[in-house]
Amino acid sequence: MSSIQEEIKKRILVLDGAMGTMIQQYKFSEEDYRGTQFKDFHISVKGNNDMLSITQPDSIKEIHRKYLEAGADIIETNTFSSTTIAMADYEMEQYVYEINYQSAKIAKEVVEEFTKLNPSKPRFIAGSIGPTNRTASMSPDVNDPGFRAVTFNDLRIAYKQQVEALIDGGVDVLLVETVFDTLNAKAALFAIEEVKDERNIAIPIMLSGTITDASGRTLSGQTAEAFLISVSHIPLLTIGFNCALGASQLTPHLEVLAQKSDLRISAHPNAGLPNAFGEYDETPQQMASQIKEYLDKNLINIIGGCCGTTPAHIKAIADLVKNYKPRSPLAPEGEFNGV
Amino acid sequence: MQDDIKNNKNNFVPPLGARGLKLSGLEPLVITPESNFINVGERTNVAGSRKFLRLIKDEKFDEALAIARHQVDGGAQIIDINMDDGLLDGKESMVRFMNLIAAEPDIARVPIMIDSSKWEIIEAGLQVAQGKCVVNSISLKEGEEQFIYHATLIKRYGAAVIVMAFDEVGQADNYERRIEIAKRSYKILVDIVHFPSEDIIFDLNIFPVATGMDEHKRNAIDFIEATRWVRENLPNVSVSGGVSNVSFSFRGNDAVREAMHSVFLYHAIKAGMNIGIVNPALLEVYDEIPKDLLERVEDVILNRRDDATERLLDFAESVISTSKERKIDLSWREKPLQDKITHSLVKGLDEFIVEDVEEARKQAKKPIEVIEQNLMIGMNVVGDLFGSGKMFLPQVVKSARVMKRAVAYLLPFIDAAKSPLTPKGGIKTTQHWETADPLNYGLLKEFAFKMRNEPTDAERILWGVLSGKKLDGYKIRRQHIIGNYIADFICLKTNLIIEIDGLIHQLPENKDKDEVRQKWLEDEGFKVIRFTNKEVLLNLDFVLSEITKALKASPSGTGGAGKILLATVKGDVHDIGKNIVGVVLACNNYEIIDLGVMVSPQKIIETAKAENVDIIGLSGLITPSLDEMVYLAKEMARQNFEVPLLIGGATTSKAHTAVKIDPQYKNAVVHVHDASRAVTVVGDLLNNKINKKYIGDIKADYVKVRDGYLNRSKQKEYLSLADARKNKFKIDWKNTNIPTPKYIGTQVFEDFDLTKLVDYIDWSPFFRTWELAGKYPAILTDEVVGEEATNLFSDAKLLLAKILDENLLTAKAVFGIFPANTVEDDIEVYVDSTRSEVNVKFVTLRQQLKKKEGIPSIALSDFIAPKETGIKDYVGAFCVSTGFGTAELASEYEKDHDDYNSIMIKALADRLAEAFAEYLHKKVRTEYWGYTSKEKLSNEELIKESYKGIRPAPGYPACPDHTEKLTIWKLLSVKETIGVELTDSLAMWPAASVSGYYFANEHAKYFGLGKITEEQVKDFSIRKKMVLAEAKKWLMPNLAE
Repeated sequence: MSSIQEEIKKRILVLDGAMGTMIQQYKFSEEDYRGTQFKDFHISVKGNNDMLSITQPDSIKEIHRKYLEAGADIIETNTFSSTTIAMADYEMEQYVYEINYQSAKIAKEVVEEFTKLNPSKPRFIAGSIGPTNRTASMSPDVNDPGFRAVTFNDLRIAYKQQVEALIDGGVDVLLVETVFDTLNAKAALFAIEEVKDERNIAIPIMLSGTITDASGRTLSGQTAEAFLISVSHIPLLTIGFNCALGASQLTPHLEVLAQKSDLRISAHPNAGLPNAFGEYDETPQQMASQIKEYLDKNLINIIGGCCGTTPAHIKAIADLVKNYKPRSPLAPEGEFNGV
Repeated sequence: MQDDIKNNKNNFVPPLGARGLKLSGLEPLVITPESNFINVGERTNVAGSRKFLRLIKDEKFDEALAIARHQVDGGAQIIDINMDDGLLDGKESMVRFMNLIAAEPDIARVPIMIDSSKWEIIEAGLQVAQGKCVVNSISLKEGEEQFIYHATLIKRYGAAVIVMAFDEVGQADNYERRIEIAKRSYKILVDIVHFPSEDIIFDLNIFPVATGMDEHKRNAIDFIEATRWVRENLPNVSVSGGVSNVSFSFRGNDAVREAMHSVFLYHAIKAGMNIGIVNPALLEVYDEIPKDLLERVEDVILNRRDDATERLLDFAESVISTSKERKIDLSWREKPLQDKITHSLVKGLDEFIVEDVEEARKQAKKPIEVIEQNLMIGMNVVGDLFGSGKMFLPQVVKSARVMKRAVAYLLPFIDAAKSPLTPKGGIKTTQHWETADPLNYGLLKEFAFKMRNEPTDAERILWGVLSGKKLDGYKIRRQHIIGNYIADFICLKTNLIIEIDGLIHQLPENKDKDEVRQKWLEDEGFKVIRFTNKEVLLNLDFVLSEITKALKASPSGTGGAGKILLATVKGDVHDIGKNIVGVVLACNNYEIIDLGVMVSPQKIIETAKAENVDIIGLSGLITPSLDEMVYLAKEMARQNFEVPLLIGGATTSKAHTAVKIDPQYKNAVVHVHDASRAVTVVGDLLNNKINKKYIGDIKADYVKVRDGYLNRSKQKEYLSLADARKNKFKIDWKNTNIPTPKYIGTQVFEDFDLTKLVDYIDWSPFFRTWELAGKYPAILTDEVVGEEATNLFSDAKLLLAKILDENLLTAKAVFGIFPANTVEDDIEVYVDSTRSEVNVKFVTLRQQLKKKEGIPSIALSDFIAPKETGIKDYVGAFCVSTGFGTAELASEYEKDHDDYNSIMIKALADRLAEAFAEYLHKKVRTEYWGYTSKEKLSNEELIKESYKGIRPAPGYPACPDHTEKLTIWKLLSVKETIGVELTDSLAMWPAASVSGYYFANEHAKYFGLGKITEEQVKDFSIRKKMVLAEAKKWLMPNLAE
C-alpha cells in the first residue's frame, strides 16, 4: 500500500470534517455516554466525546464511514481531548491509553474496509492531538502573570502517553492540531520526538495552528510567521491552520505559510464563523466556494473541515479538489526557485 | 593587512543559497545573509548589571521588566537574560522572569537569548519560551559527549545555539585555536547531531586590547580574522560576541571606549560578525569619531603599530568623556516649543505641559492665544491621528487630560487678562485703563460724551431698538471706550461690537483706521460686526436679525467650533459612553455642556434654549431610555427646535433611531454608533456648506431602514399565547433531580472583600468600553490595538490596585433562595416551606415567534416545577453592587481634570460588579444552594458560562421586563439592606450593580424573548395588575409591530 508521504505528492488529500458536530446529532444521554463499561462511574461524563470510542464505537465508526464515503482520504481519530490533562475534567485520566488505543483501532477498521474496496485510493488515519485545556505560556490568573497552570513537562508527559497509544492503535500520521499556544505544541513535538527516538520509528507529523482573531495572531500572541519559525525544528509532513475562523478569513495566513515555508500546507477551517447561537451555518457550497480560492492560489496539500462541517461539506470539498493539483513543495529557501 | 581589511573587496559576502537564521518571539526575527548587524540587549543580565541583579534579588519584577522593555524600545532585537549569581536561585529566577516577559507583549515580541553557564537553567528557560530562542552557550569544554547531549536537546526544544570557542584544553585565544575549535564544533553539530547549520552561532571570544601586555596585542585582529574564516568556511553560521570586552582596559573613559567599540564593530562586521551584545548607548558613530582619536584606536584594534597602546593611552588623557547614555529619551525636549506641546498632547504626557504652557504664555500676547493656537495645533494633530485610526480612544482621553490640565493652568491668567475688557460698572476700576495715558483717556471720554449727544440718524434709530435691553434682554451700551477707541455699540456680556459706518467713514484715511481698529479689537477678544447707514435706515429687520445671531453665537475663544449639550436621559444612570463622547468632542474644540445623568426632558429643553446650543446629544443604556429619547424628540419638534439630535448608548441602534425617533423630529436625528464617529458626525452637521446634503442623506437612509424594518416585521408569524404555552420548554419533572438548597432565606454581604473578585473579572467588555475591539487576553497582542490595549490594561491594573489597597469602593450584595413553583407563566415565591402563602410573584414572558417544529417557546417559568406536580422547587434572586464610592471618586478625578481616570473608575466598577455577580453565583451554586459542590471551573469557563444553572437579569434578553426588579427589590428588601435604589426608569443606582434571578435546574438556559404580541402584553398587564398602557410602555421594545 502506498504511504501518505507518497500520496501527498500525487494529489490534494482530503481530511474529514468535524467529529463533535456529528456526535451532537446522536443526542446521546448520560447513560449512552457511560455505556456498560462506565455504568457506575462516579461523576457525570456526558459531553466527554472521546470516551464514545469505547462506549459507542459503532456510532463513531459510522461517522468515520460517512466521511470516507464523502471522499475523505484521511480521517481523524476521536481523541482531540484524550490526554490526562484534558481528561481531568471528567476524572478519567487513567483511561487515556485505552481511549486513544480504541479510537485508533476502530478508525483503522473502517479505513481498511475502504482501502480494500478501492486500493487505488488508500485511506489514512490521523491521530488527533488537541491542545489540551491549559496554556503553558499564559497565566489564567490576572493578578499573577508569572503563574502557569501547566508546565512543559506536564504537557510532554501527557502527550507522550497519548502518542504512544495512538501509534500502538495504528495511526498513519500524528496531527497536532488547534495549536493556540505554541509552547503546548512544542511540548507535543518534543514528546513525539522522544517516542520516535525510543522506538526507532519514523511517523509523519501534521501540525495545525489556530489563528484566533482577525489581527492574525494565535491565542498566545504569535503571528503566523513567528509560529512557523517556532515549530520549524521538527520535520513536518504539513503545516497549516484550522478552526477559529471560517475559510475566507484564513486565506492571508495560509499565504504567509506558503511564502515563508517550503513545507506542504494543510487547512481545515470551520464552516464559517459561529452565529449568535453558537451554530455554524455556512453551507457546503459556500464553504467550497471559499476553499476554491486556496486552490486557485495553489496553497493546499491537505484540506478538510473543522467545527460545524459535515460529510456534505467534505463531499463538496472532495468534489472540488479533484480538479486541482497540490501545492508543489518549494526548493529550500535561498535558492532561486522561480516561485 | 590593515589595507585588506579596509578594502571593500574583502568584505565577507555570503554565498548564494546561504540559509539565514530565523528566530521568534511573538514576532519573527529573520536574519538573512544580507541583514544588518543584530543587536542583542544586555541589560537584563545580573552579571553585567548591578541594578538588574538588585531588582531580581528584591523581587522588584516590575522594575526589572521595565529594563527589558527599555531595551526593546531602544532597538534591541534580541534580549539576553542571565540569572547566574550565587545569591539567586538561578533556575527559579529565569523561569519567573521569562514567564513575566511572556505576559508583556511589547517585550515578548522579540526573541530571547537564554544566557547561563548552567545547563539546568538553560533547560528551564527553554521550557517556558513559545518562540525560538538562542541558547547562550554550549562548548566542548566538558567534552564531546556533553556537547552532543546538550545540542540534541536544544534542537528538540527548537532553539538556536551559541557555541563558545572553548574546548577540553581551554579557551581559544588566537586565530588558529579559534578556527580549530569552530571547525570541530561545526562538524559534530552538523554531522552527528544534525543540527541545522543556520542555527549555529559562534562566539569567537572577544578579549581586551591595549592592556600593555604583548600577548594581547592581536586579540582584536585575531577575532576579526577568525570571524572571516568561519563565515567563509562554515556555511550558514553566524558570528557573535560581547563587544564591550575589547575596551576593558579603558574603563572610566567612555569617550575612548565608545570609539573602540565602533572601530572594532566596523571591522568585525565587515569580516562577517552579524550578531553582538552591544550597549547602544556606549557606541559612537564611526564617522563621527575625531580623526586623531580614530587613527590611534584603529592602530590598537588592528595592531598597526608597536607603540599603538602607548599612543592611545597618552591621547586618552586628553579626551573628555562625553557619555551619551540617558535614562529616558528626552530628546523631544530640545525641540521648538510648539513641537513640545504637540508631543505632550499626542503622547498624553502631563509631566512638562505646565512648564511648556507657561513658556508659551510668556511669549503670547494674551494667555487665550496659548489655547487658541499652541494647544489647538496639538489637539488638531491628535484629532487627525484619531480620525485616521492611528490613535485609539484611551490615548485620546489621555490627551484630553493633558489639554484640560493645561487649560486649568491658563484659566486664572485668562480671567485676569479679560477683566479690563469687560469693564462692568465703569472703566475706572480696570487695570487696562490704569496703564493708559490719562490725558488721552480724558480726551476720549469727552469725545464719547459728545458723540452720544450727537448721534447720526442711523445710530439714533438703532439705539432706539437696542437700548434698555429691548433686544432679547441683552444689555447694549453706546459710544463705549475700549482702549484707544470708541465703539458705536457694545454688548459687554458677549464681547460683541456693533459699528455703523457713516458717510464720513468712507474717506480713505478713515477706512484704513477702521481696519487697524478692527484688528486691535479682535485681538482683544471682541467680535466686530458692521453695518452701513443705509442698511440700518432701509433694512432694520435684517440688521436686527444679524445682531441677534451674533449675540447668540458662541463667544470666540471657548469652544469656537460649537456648543453641544450632552445628557443621559431621565431614569438612566449610565454615562461612560457619554463622557467619552464629551471628551472626544471637547478635544475638537467643541464646548460641551454635560448635564450628567438622570436628566429630565424639561431640563434638557431649558438648558438647550438658555445656552443656545448647536446640537443635543442623548445617551442611554437601558431599554426604557429609548422611550425617553422618543419623548424628547417629540418635545423638541413641538417647541420648534432646529438643532440636530444625536442618539447614542448601548441599547440604541440605527434601526430604533430610524423607526422610532427620526419620524418624530423633522430636523436631523443621527444615531452615533461610537465615540470615534461623534467628531465627524458633529463636524458634518455643523458645516454650513454640506450639512443640508448630509442631513438629507441621513434622513433618506433612515427612511430606507425604516421601510425595510417595517416590511420585514410584517413577514413574521407569531403563535397565540395559548399555543406558545402548549409549546413550552418541557422538562421531565418525574425524572429530574431537584436539588434541595442547603440554605433557604436571605443573606446579606456588607463591605465584601473586593480582592476576592479580581479573579472573576471578564476583561473583554472593559476593552469594548474603550472602543478597543478584541478578546482579552489576545487583544493585548493585537497588531492594531495591542499596544494601546496593553497600556490601558496596565493603567487599569494600577487603578484597580489602588482601589483594592485603599478600599476606595464598597461591595455589597444581597441574595435569597426561596421555595417556589410555577402557575402557568408565573413563578410563585412562597413565604415558607409549607408553600401555603405566596410572598411575591415573578411574572415571566414567553417567546411567541413561530419556530421550527420541535423548538420550544420558552419562558423562564418553564425552569421551575409547576405547582400541580407537587414537586418542591426553588428560585433565587440577587443584587450585587460595587458602585458605592464610584461617583465620588469620579468627581474627584474630574475636579483634577482627569477624565481618563474618571471614566476608568466607572468602567472598573462595572467590571467588578459583573465579577461579583459571577462570584456570588458560584458561591450559591457550590455552597448555599450547593447543587454543584464539585464544580471546578476556570475564569474563562465562567465567562463562557459553562456551569449549570442561570442568573438572568431583568432588562436583558430572557426577561426584558424591567419592572420585575421591583419584585426582586420587595422580595430581598434590596434598598433597605444594601442601599441600591431604582430610578424612575428602573435603572439601578449606583450604576455598577447587577441584579437577577437564580434558576438551578440543569436544563435552565439563557434565551432571548424576542418579539411578543399584544395579546401577551394584555395578559401580562392583568397578571401584573398594571394598566395596559403602562404595560405597553415597559414592553414597547419587545412588542411586535
